[in-house]
Amino acid sequence: MTAPFPQSRLKGTAMPRTGPETASPIIAIDDLSKAYGSLQVLKNCTTSVARGEVVVVCGPSGSGKSTLIKCVNGLEPFQSGSISVEGLSVGDRKTDLTRLRSRIGMVFQHFELYPHLTVRDNITLAPRHVLRRSRDEAIDKAEALLARVGLADKADRFPGQLSGGQQQRVAIARALAMDPVAMLFDEPTSALDPEMINEVLDVMTELAADGMTMMVVTHEMGFARRVAHRVLFMDGGQILEEAPTAAFFEAPRTDRARSFLSKILQH
Amino acid sequence: MHAFDIDAVRLALPFLWSGMITSLTLLAIAMTGGILLGTVIAMLRLSAPRAVAAIAAGYVNGLRSVPLIMVIFWFYLLVPLIIGRPVGAFVSAVIAFTLFEAAYYSEIIRAGIQGVSRGQMAAAQAAGLSRLQAYRLVVLPQAFRRMTPILLTQSIALFQDTSLVYVIGLHDFMTAASITANREGRLIELYLFAAAIYLGLCLAASQLVQALKRRMATS
Repeated sequence: MTAPFPQSRLKGTAMPRTGPETASPIIAIDDLSKAYGSLQVLKNCTTSVARGEVVVVCGPSGSGKSTLIKCVNGLEPFQSGSISVEGLSVGDRKTDLTRLRSRIGMVFQHFELYPHLTVRDNITLAPRHVLRRSRDEAIDKAEALLARVGLADKADRFPGQLSGGQQQRVAIARALAMDPVAMLFDEPTSALDPEMINEVLDVMTELAADGMTMMVVTHEMGFARRVAHRVLFMDGGQILEEAPTAAFFEAPRTDRARSFLSKILQH
Repeated sequence: MHAFDIDAVRLALPFLWSGMITSLTLLAIAMTGGILLGTVIAMLRLSAPRAVAAIAAGYVNGLRSVPLIMVIFWFYLLVPLIIGRPVGAFVSAVIAFTLFEAAYYSEIIRAGIQGVSRGQMAAAQAAGLSRLQAYRLVVLPQAFRRMTPILLTQSIALFQDTSLVYVIGLHDFMTAASITANREGRLIELYLFAAAIYLGLCLAASQLVQALKRRMATS
């Protein structure tokens, strides 16, 4: 069980936005545990993400952050606890996992664009084959989304012809093409050259401003500070700390979070 | 010894040509069927429940452990027993070659699938594609692009192996050459001719594979 945090603390942040609704969470993670053999990678994780909420998950490498968000859309199986997305249980065998996944967008560290398809076809593939949209409808949507991420002129390119930052923006457009109710970001800027990080973060910031529900694993603390409503700090497979953004950065409660922040904020 | 007489070859050309048609038809069907079945087997080994994957693995290892000539012969004898009527040499050869080659193709295809990053499958599934759709639309197109040279090389070997159908009396190119050679008493001419044809075709095909590899390396 978890309590969505009160959202009145938003004053003074850089971006105008409405706070998330606290009613029923889009993603609810309850007492989640996962092990690879004897290695426990997630221990009793409980949290939730409300509609319109942006949650940043941070913590040292190997702390289970990526595993946690990959459990949300069932890319990683888990042994105990539960996750529900819009009320549908992820671990339940009766749940139509492909349908559930089609409702959640995911952006990967290494982009994972389909290298054999053009940018346009990358974006239209799932809408056409999963949502059964017509070719024309899917293409119109793809082109509108490409314009939105600033890549309207790249529709006919192949992923290999784009820079990392451009590829990641295409990946975001690809996920948005499914009209997801929430987006998961798994270290979206970790594989990028420094000069390309901002173009991706800018797109994500806009997305947050538009009210998208987001769960973001990232080391970009500036982004977290500006955009997140709430921060989860993980270490050793546990959620050690969960706090409204300002509270987390100004007064981390645990020593682990304090030392993590002091290391990561030095540069 | 007679003098070298190329006329024996010339006169037998229509017969040899019909043999070549049989060889090429067998190649085309076994290659298509073998690659299709091989793809299914490779996917089963990688994605099916453990018991099914084990059966697929057993199939591959079993067929790769017996000589092709035995498989050809078995099917020629077994298929009529199983379905209760003779099917003819050609059909039984097609079945034997398809099933046999599928085992070899599947190993190539399995390696090709494993060569595609796991993140591709994850990305496709994260977008809501079923596992089968993810294979069909995302993983296999990339795998096949990379595997084409090796699959073609395997198919060249398959073409040479089609000559083994002489054991069941099917008139492929090799058998046609052999029959003509014995009938006309022109063993040297006919076998030289057959060798030249096999050499020419296979050499040309492997040159094609090399060119394809070069093109893929530069693109």
